[in-house]
Amino acid sequence: MAILEVSGVNKTFGGLKALTDVNLTVEENTIHAIIGPNGAGKSTMLNCMMGKLQPDNGVVNFDGTSLLGGITPYQINQLGVCRVFQTPEVFSDMSLLENVMIPSLARHDGAFEFNGWGPVAKRDEVSQDAIQMLAEVGLAEQRNVITGSLSRGDKRRLEMAMCLVQKPKLLLLDEPTAGMSRADTNNTIELLKKIGERDITMIIIEHDMHVVFSLADHISVLAQGTVIVDGKPESIKGDPRVIEAYLGGELG
Amino acid sequence: MSQKLEKIKSPLDMEPLTIEVHDVEASHRAKTARNDLILMVVFSAVVLGGPWILAPFGADYPDLLQRFCIFGIFAIGFNIMFGLTGYLSFGHAAFLGVGSYAAVWSFKLLTMNAVPAVIFGVLCAGLFSAAIGYISLRRAGIYFSILTLAFAQMSYNLAYSVLTPITNGETGLQLELSDSRMLDAAMGIERTSSLPVTNLFGMKMSGYEGFYFCAIILIIAFYISLRIFRSPFGMMLRGIKTNQNRMAYTGINTRPYLLTAFVISGMYAGLAGSLMAVTDPLAGAERMQWTASGEVVLMTILGGAGTLIGPVIGAGVIKYFENIFSAFNEDTLHAAYSFLPEGLADFMTTISHPFVGEGWHLTLGVLFMMIVIFLPGGLMEGAQRIANLFSGAGKKSKAESSATDTQPAE
Repeated sequence: MAILEVSGVNKTFGGLKALTDVNLTVEENTIHAIIGPNGAGKSTMLNCMMGKLQPDNGVVNFDGTSLLGGITPYQINQLGVCRVFQTPEVFSDMSLLENVMIPSLARHDGAFEFNGWGPVAKRDEVSQDAIQMLAEVGLAEQRNVITGSLSRGDKRRLEMAMCLVQKPKLLLLDEPTAGMSRADTNNTIELLKKIGERDITMIIIEHDMHVVFSLADHISVLAQGTVIVDGKPESIKGDPRVIEAYLGGELG
Repeated sequence: MSQKLEKIKSPLDMEPLTIEVHDVEASHRAKTARNDLILMVVFSAVVLGGPWILAPFGADYPDLLQRFCIFGIFAIGFNIMFGLTGYLSFGHAAFLGVGSYAAVWSFKLLTMNAVPAVIFGVLCAGLFSAAIGYISLRRAGIYFSILTLAFAQMSYNLAYSVLTPITNGETGLQLELSDSRMLDAAMGIERTSSLPVTNLFGMKMSGYEGFYFCAIILIIAFYISLRIFRSPFGMMLRGIKTNQNRMAYTGINTRPYLLTAFVISGMYAGLAGSLMAVTDPLAGAERMQWTASGEVVLMTILGGAGTLIGPVIGAGVIKYFENIFSAFNEDTLHAAYSFLPEGLADFMTTISHPFVGEGWHLTLGVLFMMIVIFLPGGLMEGAQRIANLFSGAGKKSKAESSATDTQPAE
């Protein structure tokens, strides 16, 4: 069953056509990679899916709900979509535990609840979820450390814990291994594989082919604002159009 | 703490993890609860013992003590907005003014009892701040500050001009013999030939009685702020301050959180304003001027924005300077330097003269600059550093010292 359907999406910035008639179907409980050279429109597409940008036309449906027409990022999150950013977006002044407790609270209490009286420390279900999730990404021991001092790889893992604690249906990862060392990249791949075993759909936008071919069940190749190839990793590997998009553009 | 957690490296061992962590969390929670209790007890003792504690500093007269409490409340409330969410409001004096006017109207129309005046003041300020907050919170950062400033200045000018029927313009709103005081009349309280005084069920609200009334409200206000700091709501507000973008992508609708915080802090300002009217029943538009809004910003930053107790200390320091330093003159300086040889004493007097009396702003300005440059966390950061020095925190592991940092400094 398709969890996310994108069809006929166009987006222009002034005279620049960023997306041209993009069609994409993401099957439930798969890892779907979107690859493409720089400037292919990957981030624009992600922003169109997350309510940050409004496409000029087209349809974006998540689990039967349209993600277009004035719906805001927090509403999309409440539907079960969580996003991991290219540069980790965490609460750098707060402890790791607090970082994960906030999304956990968002899941338990919804988008807004005035809960100004009872201490947050007494919300057992919230802190238990948060600690377990930190343990799963291997950060439980550092849960009282202030997040700002973490390495980039650890921040990324924290951000994943922040998303996973919400038990999202769809996880969007924007270059999850960008700027990481080889060792950190491999750790991230292992972590994502483990996450992929649960009932969760993932969309990964990535440059690193090693990451893509280690993880993806399905790959869409984006070039010049449109999906040029769409298929299983095996079929993508040798496709001349993909090689053309990656190499031809730069050489020619 | 770290020893117990050693066992939970493998993500698959979920069962023991839950139990171990629960123990650690329970003890951590008990410690926080105990610290908060100690904080409340010490705070209450210091506030109620104010007249004795401040006697050696020449600040033990009730007028000033009342002002310490009132501005303490004002700063605590301001800190809920600025300290927790990072949204800098430059118009909080407007809510203070509304609280004052509302309280005086309660005295004029209903009764000289302080309780309805305070409730009425808080409610009016709450409504007013909901309206201003709703509009101002459409913008963040400097634009939010400018919007709040604009609203406050607008209120200030309106109070002087078109709203004169409500505010009595330049003269300020005062009690009059002809006031109706319906509740008092209904209860058969006799009209006197002189102006009545504010009271709390018969106890007059000037002097030390007034101070203790304000002091108890300050303690309650502080307790409420403590609860807000420790609550999920407070955590959300800190999240907004740290990374608003992440909050949005985390499924949090930040606007109602901000508006609630703004209204709460506006109600604190209204409470402070109505207490001003309780201790001295008149209200003037100058309370709404932008300098008054700026003053509470200074208090909060001076003491330590985002800390629980910092704003109260900041309010105390500024009010102390305003009232005590400004009263110093050349003779007091001469007396202070009398132990020095004649020439040196004269020299010192000349040097320090610009810093006292009318020049107290200069001292305050220098102090403020020093704190912002050397202690960006305010006086509370200074206190924390001194405390760390004594407790030998340098020896602690980095992880542990940052673990203590997760609680806002008390």
